[in-house]
Amino acid sequence: MIEYNSKNIRAWSLLGQARSLGNTLLELAKDNYKIIAVTSDMAKTSGLDRFGKTFPDRLINTGIAEQNMVGISAGLATEGLIPFAISFASFSTMRACEPTRHFLGYMQRNVKLVGVSSGFATGIFGHTHYCKEDFAIMRAISGMVIISPADCTELSKALEAAVNYNGPVYIRLTGQMNNPIVYKKDYSFEIGKAIKLKSGADITIIAIGSMVYNSIKASELLEQKGISTSVIDMHTIKPLDTSIIDSEISSSKLIVSVEEHSKIGGLGGAIAEHLSTCKQHPVLLRLGIDDDFQKAGSYLYVIEQNQLLTEQIASNILKQYLKLKLHTNVSI
Amino acid sequence: MKDTMELIKNCEGIAMRMRKNSLKMALLTGNNGAHLGSCLSIVEIIATLYGGVMNYKPNDPVWKGRDRFILSKGHGSIALYSALEASGIINEEKLFTFAQNGGDLLCTSHIIPELGLEYSNGTLGFGLSYGAGLALAAYKTNNPFNVYVLLGDGECNEGSIWEAAMSAPHFKLSNLIAIVDLNSMQSDGKASDVLEINLENMWKGFGWEVIKIEDGHNISQLLNSFTKPRIEGKPRVIIAPTIKGKGISFMENNSEWHYGVVTKEVFEKAMIELSC
Repeated sequence: MIEYNSKNIRAWSLLGQARSLGNTLLELAKDNYKIIAVTSDMAKTSGLDRFGKTFPDRLINTGIAEQNMVGISAGLATEGLIPFAISFASFSTMRACEPTRHFLGYMQRNVKLVGVSSGFATGIFGHTHYCKEDFAIMRAISGMVIISPADCTELSKALEAAVNYNGPVYIRLTGQMNNPIVYKKDYSFEIGKAIKLKSGADITIIAIGSMVYNSIKASELLEQKGISTSVIDMHTIKPLDTSIIDSEISSSKLIVSVEEHSKIGGLGGAIAEHLSTCKQHPVLLRLGIDDDFQKAGSYLYVIEQNQLLTEQIASNILKQYLKLKLHTNVSI
Repeated sequence: MKDTMELIKNCEGIAMRMRKNSLKMALLTGNNGAHLGSCLSIVEIIATLYGGVMNYKPNDPVWKGRDRFILSKGHGSIALYSALEASGIINEEKLFTFAQNGGDLLCTSHIIPELGLEYSNGTLGFGLSYGAGLALAAYKTNNPFNVYVLLGDGECNEGSIWEAAMSAPHFKLSNLIAIVDLNSMQSDGKASDVLEINLENMWKGFGWEVIKIEDGHNISQLLNSFTKPRIEGKPRVIIAPTIKGKGISFMENNSEWHYGVVTKEVFEKAMIELSC
């Protein structure tokens, strides 16, 4: 049983999403004999050490072979087990793209594919390990559920939900160690149901993964300028919670999407697809990773290059807000 | 208890029925054509599995204890459908719904356990990983079934085959048996011209028990290769030299028949050969 007490929540946050993955999975595996971890030489990086010691028969390592990791997981799923197939996001979703499309998409096997350290979390490893394409790729595969937790508390919630959901899921992990805490206590999580963290009258920020925390902080900076801002955690990007978007577009003057993913094909893309079906809607400002391979560097360096720091998010929103003359009483 | 002679006769009967029905199915597709060559080379391999090797219940295709057959080389799906009919898992009426729009029996097969279809094939190179996963699950769930995976020799060009091949001995999957249909031809012609590889050495190098038989159309040889006592902890691969288009003289070793159109005229000519 997972306990959502403040001690655990702080401990998970210190470990970051990648390493608390293994610990949470171990807690879930204690209560569910069907859970099995499959990894392509990523057991240590995903915090599966204790899992492996506790359940040596339930940790399968395929070596550095992501295609085989997904194929073997599919076979295990067919026989009633619940495999979590774990590798770096860039390799889970790109090296193993066709096996994922084949086994999780076409064959609808009950595999939970996990992309560890997505976005820029691998820092100085550089572009081969960065992953700014996984939402776009996974969204195009029919029948996939795609979740990206805002913090480590939500990661535990997402893993629990994925176990209870019978079907293929992709779980995208973002951020590094000392993952900022968004959810300080237990709360109710449902796949496909976004969470409104903050209500405001002028602007709606819809964020996902690591960018939920930054968006909350950015909204506080906007408040100081007299702009009232809603913040939504769109933890599930597929199926997209369109009803929460619909309820925002009638009241909000500007919709903003924020994600540590390419501006193409991710959260901003998904929201744009939905808005295009609405008769009237506010302008959508899409904040995310630029469409090029820039110079690599530390996590914070690359985040800054892509204008995704809290202050940058706030200032870019403000710029757009003023440019569109949506303001009535902004004090700059 | 059936003795060996009876088993062989049974498998031969299945093989003959499969060949005739395969032709009928190819005729059904009209000008769309069918992968008849790749299907005729594996008739005896599949007939031996369904007629003399695998454990299954025709009236209960999803029985948990059944052996699993994964046809990884999807181009041979016609042979699989005709084997399911010959062994009583599907009926003749269902068989001839082949290639109907929106139907269950497509040119490459789709997983439908109730019809004995264990896997969705078509894209090459993924069946062995899936089979290894099933075999591993058999151990994890204490369910002592065997998994048979039929691969094409051309299919062994795919790197994903070798990821799976590398892992099966590590996981000690002696309940996993791969069969390579060595028909020595692929889409662009002779396999050795397209990409010359030494399959026997490769499988040995990857840690498998390799049995190379002389003739992949000889049911007695096939039966022996399947039933020979297992080596503890080792997966087995049977390399079975076959003839693409086997059984129809003008299709044999003729790359035109990798994928071809069976007209009424071709059909009648072929059926006469089979009936002789």
